[in-house]
Amino acid sequence: MELTGAQILLESLRREDVEVVFGFPGGAVIDIYDQLPNYPLKHVLARHEQGAIHAADGYARASGRVGVCLVTSGPGATNAVTGIATAYMDSVPVVIVTGQVPTPLIGNDAFQEVDIVGITRPCTKHNYLVKDVRDLARVIKEAFYLAATGRPGPVLIDLPKDVQQAKCEYKYPKTIKMRSYNPTYAPNLKQVARVADVVRKAKKPIIYAGGGVIASGASEDLIWLARTYDIPVTATLMALGCFPADDPLWLGMLGMHGTYAANLAISHADLILAIGSRFDDRVTGKLSEFAKNAKIVHIDIDPTSIQKNVAVHIPVVADCKSFLAALRQSLAAAPAGAAAEDTPPAAGRHASWLERIDAWKAEKPLTYAADSKVIKPQHVIEVISRLTKGQAVITTEVGQNQMWAAQFYQFTRPRSFISSGGLGTMGFGFPAAIGAQMACPDRLVIDVAGDGSIQMCIQELATAVCYDLPVKIVILNNGYLGMVRQWQELFYAKNYCATCLDVAPDFVKLAEAYGAAGYRLTDPSQVESVLAEAFALPKTVIVDVVIDREENVAPMVPAGKSITEMILV
Amino acid sequence: MRHILSILVENEPGVLSRVAGLFSGRGYNIETLNVAPTLADGLSMMTITTEGDEAIIEQIVKQLRKLVTTVKVVDLTDVKSVEREMMLLRVDAEGAKRAEVLRIVDIFRCKVVDVSLDELILEVTGTQDKLGALINLLQRYGIKEIARTGAVAMRRGMQE
Repeated sequence: MELTGAQILLESLRREDVEVVFGFPGGAVIDIYDQLPNYPLKHVLARHEQGAIHAADGYARASGRVGVCLVTSGPGATNAVTGIATAYMDSVPVVIVTGQVPTPLIGNDAFQEVDIVGITRPCTKHNYLVKDVRDLARVIKEAFYLAATGRPGPVLIDLPKDVQQAKCEYKYPKTIKMRSYNPTYAPNLKQVARVADVVRKAKKPIIYAGGGVIASGASEDLIWLARTYDIPVTATLMALGCFPADDPLWLGMLGMHGTYAANLAISHADLILAIGSRFDDRVTGKLSEFAKNAKIVHIDIDPTSIQKNVAVHIPVVADCKSFLAALRQSLAAAPAGAAAEDTPPAAGRHASWLERIDAWKAEKPLTYAADSKVIKPQHVIEVISRLTKGQAVITTEVGQNQMWAAQFYQFTRPRSFISSGGLGTMGFGFPAAIGAQMACPDRLVIDVAGDGSIQMCIQELATAVCYDLPVKIVILNNGYLGMVRQWQELFYAKNYCATCLDVAPDFVKLAEAYGAAGYRLTDPSQVESVLAEAFALPKTVIVDVVIDREENVAPMVPAGKSITEMILV
Repeated sequence: MRHILSILVENEPGVLSRVAGLFSGRGYNIETLNVAPTLADGLSMMTITTEGDEAIIEQIVKQLRKLVTTVKVVDLTDVKSVEREMMLLRVDAEGAKRAEVLRIVDIFRCKVVDVSLDELILEVTGTQDKLGALINLLQRYGIKEIARTGAVAMRRGMQE
């Protein structure tokens, strides 16, 4: 059967079981939109391409499926670039389809032409310019495969208008054959045996979990390992939720805004099991001071992550889930010639190490000065955590709001914390919440925002209202670009240059103008009741929480310092 | 240290800029780059020489392997290999100079590929060192122009 390029695209999306496409039309994709009503795909019309791509990203992170984004050529495509880079940095599987000017016009500076394949080459896992409609079905199959396998990431397909209109016989490939792409899932068993050996012998081990644990669905295996071998767990921002926050082995996040206990524990550990994490500079602080006395085991599906920042003693290239399964087997088998003391019963085997960690936890817990007159942002997050019993999907913007959410919300399950970690994209959280709500219609989705970040994609209020998405936006409003202000306060002699947002919209009226509901909170005693009311409302809601203007995120490790050098208050 | 990387890539549009972009985007430097189709259908071989310490070279190799269009990357510095580069030189060869230049042509096994009244164009292949030595020698006669291909390299057959 002959189909047009536009039909081939939509039919292929259907075969990839795509439920929802986040997009924004334009001249260069009008042929695709013309066919869209004929296919069983839900289209979510964003109000800006950045909103569309972040929503596709949020959908992917919340569901574990591939997010799909459709935008037009030129400005439509460039508006999506920030979102593509965001997904790339956090390894999120997204397929982006961009319209392109007709092939004879490519390179002629045609109307709305831009070399998006060139622009996105450094921020996509791979990208394609499809010049022949006969390549299209194969390219789409490859794009979905590339996006979701190995280290996941965004894949872009640039589709010229004449290719969308051209016809050819449609045949969707059943299998993929790419001689140049073969990600390693199963670990080398000799390496696994070496890991099992050091795990048995470690006196002060720690698990440092990263986003790979969530991406590979390895949370259960990780919890098993930690509990069976009595190993405390810390995690990166990307991995929050991979280990339950109410478990005594949980240390909280590590790094620049990590807990005192996590940063000290990783600095004093004799064994670091880095699982699906990449030793980002926000985690390690000053590299030369990082975990100087520890043996480092690094498991990552992406070989480039290993040995990139720190010297690793046992590198393992593997999918985290496959690795943990193999490690479990290897640990179960008694080592050849092992003395009895090498395999003591697991429970309590690191009692003295955990005692020391508990002392650190007790000494400097995450805390803040409660106040009866001014609302403290940490208090707001604690209330959200309590009201939702750790079961909500929390998205965040970027800055102080993000760090308070990461520190004070008690995550209990994976894919519940959705935040721009690698790129730190302001404006991410709200559209991501829209995508997450599409993926999880039955879960409460809350965007923890700052008054600065929320203004970067505020137009998506129309999208949320249009699709009856009951997303809650909690704005921690301090009238500042708070995190930059915090840096200015601490490291730039309080020169608050360009960080004060005195002129801001009335967010309650703004919510109402878009057809959403709005609340304003100024009294600490009302935080709980107003949030409970807002969360119960089955519609899009903004809660504008006026917080202590100069509250800071603590602990904080100054950039370039060792992670043991924390500013604690 | 200087490394020679031999990179087998899919022969499709944009591959060169993916590789070159990887170097520039990550702050690595390409010293020479050479690319041409291979015997295998749809594959091209790139030879890149670059500088860096072990950690940097390891990252470069891994990052190159990570590109979806890369089939194989070999660091030829680790194995016994043959390295050659071709160069064309336009050299001053007026009057008495000409005989001396031609003597050097002989010694270096160059070919004279163009002759005019006051200059010669020489073709020479060899290692980077040999080409460097020739340039040094001919500079005193006056080199007007050079064009170099950059290194191509291949592992030797008899490896230990």
